[in-house]
Amino acid sequence: MAQFEDQRTTVYKVDPEHPEDATLPTLRTEELLLNMGPQHPSTHGVLKVILELEGERLVKSTPVMGFLHRGVEKLAEEGTYHQFIPHTDRLDYVCAMYNNFAYCRAVEKLMNITVPDRAEYLRTIVAEIQRIIGHQFWLGTQALDIGAMTVFFYCFRDREILLDWFDELCGARLTTSWYRIGGVERDFTPSLFAKLKQFLDYFPPKIDEYVIFLEKNRIWLARTKGVAVISAEDALSFGLSGPTLRGSGVDYDLRKYEPYSAYPKCEFSVPVGKNGDTYDRYWIRVQELYESVKIIRQCLEQIQDGPIMADVPSVTLPPKERVFTNLESMIQQFKLFSQGFNAPPGEIYCGTEAHKGELGFYIVSTGGGKPYRLKIRAPSFIHMGAFDHMSKGYMIADAVTIFGTYDIVMGECDR
Amino acid sequence: MSQLAKRIEDTFPGACTKVVEWRGDVSVTVKREALHDIGKFLRDDPALRFDYIVHVSSVDWPDDEERFEVVYEVYSIRTRQRIRLKTRVPESDCMVDSLTDIWKGADFMEREVYDMMGIRFRNHPDLRRILMPDEYEEGYPLRKDFPLRGKGWRDTFEFLDEPTR
Repeated sequence: MAQFEDQRTTVYKVDPEHPEDATLPTLRTEELLLNMGPQHPSTHGVLKVILELEGERLVKSTPVMGFLHRGVEKLAEEGTYHQFIPHTDRLDYVCAMYNNFAYCRAVEKLMNITVPDRAEYLRTIVAEIQRIIGHQFWLGTQALDIGAMTVFFYCFRDREILLDWFDELCGARLTTSWYRIGGVERDFTPSLFAKLKQFLDYFPPKIDEYVIFLEKNRIWLARTKGVAVISAEDALSFGLSGPTLRGSGVDYDLRKYEPYSAYPKCEFSVPVGKNGDTYDRYWIRVQELYESVKIIRQCLEQIQDGPIMADVPSVTLPPKERVFTNLESMIQQFKLFSQGFNAPPGEIYCGTEAHKGELGFYIVSTGGGKPYRLKIRAPSFIHMGAFDHMSKGYMIADAVTIFGTYDIVMGECDR
Repeated sequence: MSQLAKRIEDTFPGACTKVVEWRGDVSVTVKREALHDIGKFLRDDPALRFDYIVHVSSVDWPDDEERFEVVYEVYSIRTRQRIRLKTRVPESDCMVDSLTDIWKGADFMEREVYDMMGIRFRNHPDLRRILMPDEYEEGYPLRKDFPLRGKGWRDTFEFLDEPTR
């Protein structure tokens, strides 16, 4: 023991006149490899990231993906266009409606179908509800990952109301498959309208409530402000989209850039951040909750009676009640599902602004009832491409924040 | 022909082999050798500024002489237009210049194309499989000659060959 103390005193004794003469001990330093995941709760599914660490700082991180790969793009080539709708539910499984929407829009572009007005409004309302659910889910889990548990309970309490609303609308809470090519599966009932109006009055004060927990919370601020900063130029170059891109100050929102559905008829603003850090992206998502409420309100005011399905019998499905009572309609439904409709040869890309970012479908058709090639542009996957860039130099604990700030869902990422 | 395609044709004479405009989408098929230069031009030209990469994809046409098609879709935030840049590669020489140095996001997207279709990218920083396991040796799943039920040990299940009842 005495010897040990001697060593310490001799080693650290530095002559103030000649500090360069001091012999410091040579510490063995090396980079540490740490596997985060695939079972880590904050990775939102099964994702592994190999972190190269210097102390607690991230030097390099390599995401390892594909644990949830189910070959959805291959499956799409084997089924008809209508049959693929339920598969899209399983992409981003917390926000199935938006996937249905993006897919149906892509096929409508391919088939050149115009959707009737009422259906457009219904679609917009449900899409915005899905955006609210998505952001609630994101806010709850992001706060939980960072260590604020109460927000999680509050968000999920309100999310539950909307999921029950979905349940009443289409019989499912998560895997909804409510959108159809050319329209929607069924209309809202008066009870759904009433419940939705009630929710719109109930919800905005609740958003303020979530914010109270976070806005002045020192831990939340310390862990989000200045974390995972990305410049606008880099964000674009990486192909980031949605709130992740808008946090860096680019107002790219397909609802404004390439207006679709009932969005051009509604007034809403696109919140844009300044610093490109996690806090700005959080702020944008919270503001989007208010905007979604605004959009739904306007849609409910403007909506008129009318058909909910485009009248293109060679492509769109007949109404369910006719299928059960009318022979021709039944045959039509059967043929549309088993053989599909005859799509013209060609290729299209159609992007839709989902709550995570731009969810796009690139469809190549050679004619016939099945897509020749269907590529899904999944925002989660593309955001993971920027993970290494955005995590460089931050602490291990910030890796959790960065997963959260992308709002990744592995079902969509791995497809 | 759209102005955009004309612009490319004027700057790179003879590089475009096919221009299609359908349903409002412009897609330009270019020669493989010119792909990287055209990509750079599209991003850097002050009038175009295609700075946002949308997706990288691939299509398999087994009957064609140049079997694979690599698809890059890029968007310009300033001019609000998109273009699809395509190139064809034969199976015997499945290699394209990587555009990772032009759009950073191309890194993961090109890895996915390599993983799914087996097209290799020259000068790619880290060309490994991304969705399939690293040691996967049964081929490239999105090729048209890859069976839906998979290859390898899955193929040995006897019940797969039984007629459906």
